[in-house]
Amino acid sequence: MAETLAESAAPRPAAVGPAEARRPPMSVVGPVAWARASLFSSWWSTAITLALAYLLVRWAMGLVDWAFINAIWSVPVNDQGIAQTQACRALEGRGACWAVITEKYRFILFGTYPYDQHWRPLLCILLFIGLYIVSAMRRFWRKELALVWVATLVLIGVLMWGGILGMPYVPQERWGGLAITLILATFGIAFAFPLAVLVALGRRSRMPAIKTLCIVYVELIRGVPLISLLFMASVMFPLFLPEGMNIDKLLRAQVAIILFAAAYLAEVIRGGLQALSRGQYEAADALGLSYWQKTGFIILPQALRLVIPPLVNTFIGLFKDTSLVLIIGIFDLLTAGKTAVVEPAWQGFGVEVYVFVGLIYFIFCFAMSRYSQGLEVELNRHRVR
Amino acid sequence: MSTTLDSAVASAARTDAPPAILMDKVNKWYGAMHVLRDVSLSVAEGERVVVCGPSGSGKSTMIRCINRLEQHQEGRIIVDGMELTDDLRNLDAIRREVGMVFQSFNLFPHLTVLENCTLAPIWVRRMPKKDAEELAMEYLTRVKIPEQARKFPGQLSGGQQQRVAIARALCMKPKIMLFDEPTSALDPEMIKEVLDTMVMLADTGMTMICVTHEMGFARQVADRVVFMDRGEIVESGTPDQVFNDPKTDRLKTFLSQILRGH
Amino acid sequence: MSDSAVDPRLLRPPPKRGMRLSWADERFRAIIWQVLIVGVVVGIVWWLVRNTQHNLEVRRIATGFGFLNREAGLPIGEHLIEYTPASTYARALLVGVLNTLKVAVIGIVLATILGTLIGIARLSKNWLLSRIAGAYIEAVRDVPLLLQLLFWYTIMQMLPAPRQSLNPVTGVFLSNRGLRLPWIQWQDAHSFALLGFVIGVIGAILYVRSARAKRMQDGQPRKVWPAVLGLVVVLPLVIWAGLGAPWQGDIPALRGFNFQGGFSVSPEYFALLAGLVTYTAAFIAEIVRAGIQAVPAGQWEAAEALGLSRSRVMRLIVLPQALRVIVPPMTSQYLNLAKNSSLAVAIGYQDIVSIANTTLNQTGQAIEGIAIIMAVYLCISLSISLFMNWYNARIALVER
Repeated sequence: MAETLAESAAPRPAAVGPAEARRPPMSVVGPVAWARASLFSSWWSTAITLALAYLLVRWAMGLVDWAFINAIWSVPVNDQGIAQTQACRALEGRGACWAVITEKYRFILFGTYPYDQHWRPLLCILLFIGLYIVSAMRRFWRKELALVWVATLVLIGVLMWGGILGMPYVPQERWGGLAITLILATFGIAFAFPLAVLVALGRRSRMPAIKTLCIVYVELIRGVPLISLLFMASVMFPLFLPEGMNIDKLLRAQVAIILFAAAYLAEVIRGGLQALSRGQYEAADALGLSYWQKTGFIILPQALRLVIPPLVNTFIGLFKDTSLVLIIGIFDLLTAGKTAVVEPAWQGFGVEVYVFVGLIYFIFCFAMSRYSQGLEVELNRHRVR
Repeated sequence: MSTTLDSAVASAARTDAPPAILMDKVNKWYGAMHVLRDVSLSVAEGERVVVCGPSGSGKSTMIRCINRLEQHQEGRIIVDGMELTDDLRNLDAIRREVGMVFQSFNLFPHLTVLENCTLAPIWVRRMPKKDAEELAMEYLTRVKIPEQARKFPGQLSGGQQQRVAIARALCMKPKIMLFDEPTSALDPEMIKEVLDTMVMLADTGMTMICVTHEMGFARQVADRVVFMDRGEIVESGTPDQVFNDPKTDRLKTFLSQILRGH
Repeated sequence: MSDSAVDPRLLRPPPKRGMRLSWADERFRAIIWQVLIVGVVVGIVWWLVRNTQHNLEVRRIATGFGFLNREAGLPIGEHLIEYTPASTYARALLVGVLNTLKVAVIGIVLATILGTLIGIARLSKNWLLSRIAGAYIEAVRDVPLLLQLLFWYTIMQMLPAPRQSLNPVTGVFLSNRGLRLPWIQWQDAHSFALLGFVIGVIGAILYVRSARAKRMQDGQPRKVWPAVLGLVVVLPLVIWAGLGAPWQGDIPALRGFNFQGGFSVSPEYFALLAGLVTYTAAFIAEIVRAGIQAVPAGQWEAAEALGLSRSRVMRLIVLPQALRVIVPPMTSQYLNLAKNSSLAVAIGYQDIVSIANTTLNQTGQAIEGIAIIMAVYLCISLSISLFMNWYNARIALVER
């Protein structure tokens, strides 16, 4: 039915029977076509595919050899309770010595917490995970969620310290492992959040003194590494307090982490405040609301909703950053892992322990980052509509 | 080779001039969706074809196949005597001869209006900068916005941006111009200035394929109107035939919807 | 606009309103708020300072920076400038700053290169390459940097001792004492050749620019690579050959329990650099990917429809637009890398944090030690910010 100018000028039957919709030929959609388009589209692409496939297979085979085939899962323990790791050493790195994990996992997860009371930090860990899951669900995004957080955090404090309900008291010095990591991150975000909201509002305030104060705080904290704040907490903080008053090390580190997180969170929240259209501010003003009414009822709920994905990303960063307390000697998950291989019997099996600890961090962070990506897509769709 | 192509080539030969664009049984799929179904079309040099049809009918896909912004998967497309294949040299040559104007202008926001226009002549046609600028000013004058040459696209109205886009394409001195819904993204008061520019261009004898719903424009300049629906060419003929004497129900429905819209 | 054209009534200045001392007056309220909050902050700071002064007196801790001129007595393994334990604290801290800069600057350069490559790989049409890049990014980003540093350091320690060191290529030795590379015995001829190279690079840049300007004149493309090659490669070689072509290899060799000679990279520096670069590269890759994807597909289409080749489209259209999206987040990654270099202290690389920490332990002057750390990082952060802001302003200038 090709036609030319000459043909189309003459009157002619124009209607043509409809062509049937066909399934595309296999050369267009089949797996072969897919492979041609995405693996072997040019000689250059083919070379990359082959080289990568070779390396990947080599690497995967090496990994399987190391992690499974040659690995040792348990070692005998002698009368003095010292592990006999000769078999592991005989491997000379050809296989993983997972025995270090099977022997030490409770130490890595719970630190020096009394052995028979391990169920308490375990329960705390589960409570934390539950808290994250509940906070992640959109139907719970209400003011009551703040109450749930307060209640859960109090409950976690009670469980960890004990001293009531028949639970023996456990001093803070004996806490450790994953529970400490979760405590530092979660309490950090919980206390940093209200502070961050105030600082973000202050930075957008029209009052010059308050604005300057907030800018100096945010930029100062963001300009220095977390380590320097943690050092400050561990060696300088005791000098700040009046004589006789003493705060334990974990709490000092927690304060440093809160101050650190608040500066970063404040910038994220400020982004949300800026992203809100002027119309929202004007509409609130037109209703005759006071500053705090306007902020609390109109501005903040919208601004915070806008920045939930970056807030989750900040939390992931904070979760990873809590590992820095290792440097000032607080017993978090990473410190516990590092300490586990200090014992002479287990020296030299750091790789296995770091893989194990790394996997725990990865599971938490990966879940959160996937969640944040999904949420971003969902919120964007909402906004486009 | 299919008989259709032979007949098309033969009929093209009858009119003395070889067709500027020849599409023969072109098929294309997006995944499993059949978006172009046996599309065959021949456009003679100097001919002005308007393509219309409901959204999702494959009009844009068809003209984007002509300069290979989309790749067809079956059939042949011959532009200015060169077949579109995987050969990149052919593709470069074809793209030099085919200008394109997009629905969303696609001006380069980091370059001035003048730089937008001189970019391709300098880098593709190897023209001295001074000559390229003179040429650009000539076309900007023709689309009636020489005074905006030093501004950035973001500072212009939609209608002005689209006219710059037309001037930019013309600076390559193409033999064929493709318009992909050039007025759909414009406010009503700006549509006319763009259409006037296109009418002016049509008067110069340029070969044009234009996807648009502007019936007035089609009646004024089109030698032929092609109606597409569901990936196929359903009817084609003079504007008069297509608009006043639709043969198929699909075209009737489409026309009634368009008229109701106006 | 001239004044005469405007109705004089419109030129009346706004009335000056006096402030009323009443809670209903907005400005009065603002002043009260500010006085209140600033007062509270000043009060807290004053209280802290007073406590600190008291505590320092009670514990008989000296104050001030007098200790800087005292002998440090602390050994430092890696130093870019002359240093012995008999040097002063000031010099020890300077060595620390230089060590921090050594890892931060080289780290930023390597992370940018690696990150850009991975980011482009992520966008590749090759499915396998794109997936592997994606898996790398995800895996590296979701594990704490400190853990990765410890991991790298453990690997370095697990390497064989110098006597059994890995020897992949002649002259290259990898052992638990670090990496040793062959080097040349540096002579004046090498310095002059290096100078020639720098001049050659500058000359090449000028030459390419002038070739481009000439092309703008007559439209004809020119081959620039012969001249560039001559300036960058041949010129330094000629200088080197002209000065007698000295070539005295400095090949590392095992003497006793360790190597002598060659170019040495300590295990601490290697672990820190590897950890920082691989970690930051994952973030930079995401930034590069997002930046390139932020350029709408229509820009590619329009440029290709004009007949520009893919590499030209990338260089003339996509990169200039992508860079504007990329530079601000890239700045914060550079800042992060510089700040993260402070984790050196955990694996025993002697950067400013490590040395200041030792100093404050030896002298007991915690406040001064931490103040020094903070001041150094604030300076580094500020310099990076200023440089990147300048760069950002330069590339953003073209738009409006």
